[in-house]
Amino acid sequence: MNQNSSEAIKELLYKMADDLLIIGHRNSEWTGLGPILEEDISFSSMAQDKIGQAQALYQLLNDLGEQEPDTVAFTRNANQFHNAQLVELPNGEYDFSLVRHFLYDHADQLRFEALANSSYEPLAKVARKVKGELKYHVFHANTWMVKLGSANEESHNRMQAAFNEAWNYALGMFEKSSFEDQLIAEGVFEGEETLQEKWLANITPYLIKAGIEIPASTSWNPVFGGRIGNHTANLSPLVEEMSEVFRFDPTAEW
Amino acid sequence: MYGNAYIDPSDKAAAMIAGEDSEKLEAFEKRIAAGEKIEPKDWMPKEYRKQLIRMIEQHAHSEIIGALPEGTWITRAPGFRRKLALMAKVQDEVGHAQLLYSAAETLGKSREAMINDLITGKSKYSNVFNYPAFTWADACVIAWLIDAGAIINQVANAKGSYGPYCRALDRICTEESFHLKYGHDNVVTLATGTQKQREMVQGALTRWWPPIMHFFGPSDKISNHTEILMRWKVKMASNDDMRQQFLNMYVPKIWDLGLVLPDPNLKQNEAGVWEYTEPDWDEFKRVINGGGPCNAERLAVRRNAEERGRWVREALNTSESKYIVPLA
Repeated sequence: MNQNSSEAIKELLYKMADDLLIIGHRNSEWTGLGPILEEDISFSSMAQDKIGQAQALYQLLNDLGEQEPDTVAFTRNANQFHNAQLVELPNGEYDFSLVRHFLYDHADQLRFEALANSSYEPLAKVARKVKGELKYHVFHANTWMVKLGSANEESHNRMQAAFNEAWNYALGMFEKSSFEDQLIAEGVFEGEETLQEKWLANITPYLIKAGIEIPASTSWNPVFGGRIGNHTANLSPLVEEMSEVFRFDPTAEW
Repeated sequence: MYGNAYIDPSDKAAAMIAGEDSEKLEAFEKRIAAGEKIEPKDWMPKEYRKQLIRMIEQHAHSEIIGALPEGTWITRAPGFRRKLALMAKVQDEVGHAQLLYSAAETLGKSREAMINDLITGKSKYSNVFNYPAFTWADACVIAWLIDAGAIINQVANAKGSYGPYCRALDRICTEESFHLKYGHDNVVTLATGTQKQREMVQGALTRWWPPIMHFFGPSDKISNHTEILMRWKVKMASNDDMRQQFLNMYVPKIWDLGLVLPDPNLKQNEAGVWEYTEPDWDEFKRVINGGGPCNAERLAVRRNAEERGRWVREALNTSESKYIVPLA
């Protein structure tokens, strides 16, 4: 691998790992507060998967010469994170959390499925394991999306409103990297544009079943910036909270 | 975690079996004496049902309320290993609540009714969760010592007479033993760590010692009431016996770590019995009755979660869904 390829892969790994860490963190905030115990447990379970997946990707970065996973995750500042803004938004009500989970996990599943065939074998190996876990996350998201989208007027209205709120942020997940062409040419990753097309095709049937409408494409306005460290005001307090104990005594083993 | 069975001592023994069919009662007691388990459809005295519902329900409430002080540290856990472990632990606790509510439902009270009684303050939960977890070390001390106390209580209760509760407890105890290891590992790490870490864990231990001593409840009054509950294998060990067992198992481990317990009178006498300063039972009662530092906050958080989740539950409650009593 030449220097340039290494930088391209690092960029890809950072954005994926940061997405997973931050959405995992948000999912874990439902612990003890879910609308029913079973959902409390589900979100906690998914959170554990996400954080574990993030750790695996930070480990790949470590193998490429970056710092230890704990150091990378728990000592950076918010503007050094490459996650999409979608995942850093507060949980809001259960409607928003579910909609985000649906939109994010469909994209993530496709991303990892594509990466299972990546020319970068260490990542392909991780992706083959992760996609098996994501199957259940997507199954959970689909079930709830369809159920709550169509259960009664209140649940429908809530889900539609949350969907409208999340949509442009969700499109922001597909922000292209400056290494996009190279990653595609080298067979590392199929690229954000292809991913977005597949994603749209995958989510549409569930949205039809749920009775949820995708906003008219003329109004689409993807919220980019997350991949280059531009974030909403929500990320900084999250990162501070996450690293509070770790930073309390940076010389310590925890 | 987390439950400790606290049976209201004001119930009168005579009233417990008033109006029961004496033949059925005798057969019931014979089965229990023979070590048989009572199952949901079996005949049981009204008071047996009532006490069990109260006990299992309190235990279930303790699991979900107990998830709050620990849960607040999930988002702050230092490093991947601790974060993942704490998430899994607290998830287990919520899972225990689910198991326990199901066990209690087999006795005829719905989960919704139980949760309503929790958030309206009608039914209790373990008193220890009315104290705050100020630091990361507090969450570690809870995971080690409160879970240790809960295991002592639950291992005893798992030998009780009500089948669904015993089976739930068997599974819960298996998971709790991992929590205990997790908590111990954390406390050892802090106690053998940097100066700041040692101060942090000592502070947490000093704060948590009084609630831990309260955990098993006041000395049992030796009454006919207690005697019947023990004969029915609803209550399996006296509060003092459990407290002694706890002290015997954990005080030496705490001292080994160089930590100090805030009770100058704590020692094991020549007969092997632990002596200690009598815990402040007025404080215990005050906290049980709502006067603890976090009672209002814990219930407010729970009420808020219920309120915010109402629309989800209503959406699930459609014509094709039908309530099914768990088979235990």
